[in-house]
Amino acid sequence: MSTAPGLPIQAGRSGAVIRADFFQRFLAFGALIVLILFFQVWCVLIGTNFLTFENFVNILVATAVVGVLALGETFVVVTGGIDLSVGTVMTISMVMTAVAITSQHLPVPVGILIGVLTGGLMGLANGVLIARFRIAPFIATLGILNVARGLSLVITQTRPIYFAGDNGFQTGVMGNLFGVKLSGEFGIPIIAIIMFAAALFAAFLLGKTVLGRYTFALGSNEEAARLSGVNVANWKMLVYVVCGLFAGLAGVLSAARLGSAQPATGFGYELSAISAVVIGGTSLSGGEGTILGTIIGAFIVYVLTYGLQFVNVAQEWQIVVTGGVLIAAVYIDNLRRRQRA
Amino acid sequence: MADLLVEMTGISKSFPGVHALDDCRFELLPGEVHALVGENGAGKSTLMKILGGVYKRDAGFVRFKGSDVEIPNTAAAQHLGISMIHQELNLMPHLTVAQNIFIGREPRGRVPFVLDDRALNDSAAALFEKLRLHLDPRKRVSALSVAQQQMVEIAKALSFNASILIMDEPTAALTDKEIDELFRITRQLRGEGVGIVHISHRLQELKQISDRVTVMRDGRVIHTLPTPDATIEQIISMMVGRTIFEATPEVPETTNPDVVLEVRNLKRGRVIRDVSFSVHRGEIVGIAGLVGAGRTEVARAVFGADPVDSGEIFVHGKRVRIQSPTDAVRNGIGYLSEDRKRYGLALGLNVETNIVLASLRRFLSPFGVVRTVLTRAAADSQVKSLAIKTPSLSQKVRNLSGGTQQKVVVGKWLTADTEILIFDEPTRGIDVGAKSEIYHLLNELAHEGKAIVMISSDLPEILRMSHRILVMCEGRVTGELTAEEATQEKIMTFATQREAAA
Repeated sequence: MSTAPGLPIQAGRSGAVIRADFFQRFLAFGALIVLILFFQVWCVLIGTNFLTFENFVNILVATAVVGVLALGETFVVVTGGIDLSVGTVMTISMVMTAVAITSQHLPVPVGILIGVLTGGLMGLANGVLIARFRIAPFIATLGILNVARGLSLVITQTRPIYFAGDNGFQTGVMGNLFGVKLSGEFGIPIIAIIMFAAALFAAFLLGKTVLGRYTFALGSNEEAARLSGVNVANWKMLVYVVCGLFAGLAGVLSAARLGSAQPATGFGYELSAISAVVIGGTSLSGGEGTILGTIIGAFIVYVLTYGLQFVNVAQEWQIVVTGGVLIAAVYIDNLRRRQRA
Repeated sequence: MADLLVEMTGISKSFPGVHALDDCRFELLPGEVHALVGENGAGKSTLMKILGGVYKRDAGFVRFKGSDVEIPNTAAAQHLGISMIHQELNLMPHLTVAQNIFIGREPRGRVPFVLDDRALNDSAAALFEKLRLHLDPRKRVSALSVAQQQMVEIAKALSFNASILIMDEPTAALTDKEIDELFRITRQLRGEGVGIVHISHRLQELKQISDRVTVMRDGRVIHTLPTPDATIEQIISMMVGRTIFEATPEVPETTNPDVVLEVRNLKRGRVIRDVSFSVHRGEIVGIAGLVGAGRTEVARAVFGADPVDSGEIFVHGKRVRIQSPTDAVRNGIGYLSEDRKRYGLALGLNVETNIVLASLRRFLSPFGVVRTVLTRAAADSQVKSLAIKTPSLSQKVRNLSGGTQQKVVVGKWLTADTEILIFDEPTRGIDVGAKSEIYHLLNELAHEGKAIVMISSDLPEILRMSHRILVMCEGRVTGELTAEEATQEKIMTFATQREAAA
């Protein structure tokens, strides 16, 4: 630690912060391991096995959609905002992809592109409301949540759209579960590989680009960024667009996974996504967060959900536990901040 | 005469309901340190914010290096080479030093959207070398001391190749040593031909550093004169518009023997290490010490705002348990934080509500409805007896001056029947005229029999006001002085008395 000559050193401060960061990252990863071991013990007690390749793959597949949603949400939360609309934006993207491929008979890649761009468009709507019209993110995205939800129902006339058997869409994105072989008989589903690729891209955006730098700057001290000549409104809009684009991608993945567009799904996914982000160590007050943390957070959420299902806990209880986990994560975030203050 | 860097003429600016600036004139030469002084609300910051592109002027002209310019935003100001360091530090604590300095103009890699962090850190290091500052570009700003953060702000301002540097109260949060460092850099820049505007309340400081002084009052520029020609008394009288004589120290009255508050063996980790003291009826006990000595921590502990490891508190000889501010208020203890705006007042609420806030329960009808007749009467009596300058009881506290806000906080605690008042830096950020009113008020409260603890970093203030002075250093009370024996030198000796070979 170097200081200007004669300036007092605030002893220990930076050391403590570094240790806290390390602890925090370790905490999320450690929690994931503990959770997996917990279910393994439970399974052994009821005479089965949790640590199987099949379960591993199932969890990967289950995590992928919300994992991608959470990637975009991370950007928004780092700015100190929140996007409640990602769940239903995902749904409308799913619907638009299905409409493009089935009733409009467009090529599959075009359908995928339309789905992703639909998400971006809804994100733009959020961004304009928040950055231009100065509507609080909570309210603006709550509004868009319902707009997207309603539009999905209108477009589909409340009926699911199924993909025809062999248009290549479902098998293309989803693979069959073991489509890509890594070694021998074991393989990783394509949907999970897409999630990891999206995570790498998100980490690059957040860590290495101008957008990422300003995302942190907005969350840390928006006024300082404004006075430094950063066009705060435009960058904030772009952050919501990015969040929407990830929600669009999640919509495409979801359509592939379900083999259909289900206009009534998606509602509630935003809470899982926000849980994943917060559990991963991103502060709800903005200014800090990592993509790696978010991915670990998403796995924690889905190991928990899948694990409870696997040991035959009733689905109603799974919902209760998910709510509890979100509250616990936010509480831990509070403790973390108080500790540093 | 050298060419003017900046010439502002006929500048006027009003905000809703307020004439902030009226026909102001200001000029700055290259290689000059120009001090801008005036009471709070005189318009110093507003005038400089117009130059810095934060506000738009309503009327007048700004000439920069001989040509008329418009400065619609901060980016335009920076483009011209005008950099401003605001009163509140404007850094992003989660970002590193280098990231803060180059925010908005990061070096890019070969791909336009991608950052080149190596170039970023190298440029920051080069900048520090030029300024002879020892700072690590990769360090997070939240891990720096306030003084170091200030240096980061200055480095950032200069990284625009600024020909004009505006500093709004740069020394407010700095220790003497840190101020020396700041002045070293200021002189270095002056030598390089930078024009520097230095806004400050500390008049002694201006004599040290500035070449010329401009005095403002009530939104007008009163006078600009060379610093060596001005005495501090002259400057003060121009600031307040009247001559105030060097105030003679108030003679401390003999104190009453009744001990109202006694604190025994208070301990909290390394912050509070075995602190004991007592306060008598009608007595003002000053607590002196350097920043970080643990004075505020003691006050907060007595008030129940922070937990303690051990220690006993007695009020009127009776042991009391204080585990929360509610307990403290019930035992007649009030705490007036140094950060009034954050901890002392509800800024968006009006004077009346603020005054009755701590004792609302007394004003309730049996069904829990606030009886406004009573609250109005209570607030009105405080406004009258404390001479709170407000147009009405329904004025929002945000719109009052610092000194008046302080009085509202006092009114709140008096309404709550507190007998023990702990003032933490009661005159910080309050202008010269209002300060003497606060002193007068403290004396009056003591005279009425309140027991008062006053924490202050201003030694003349401590010497002038206190009957007894406790000096703290590193969480311990290192000395106790009576008003007669206390001198600035003695206090500083105790305040720097570190534990031997700890």
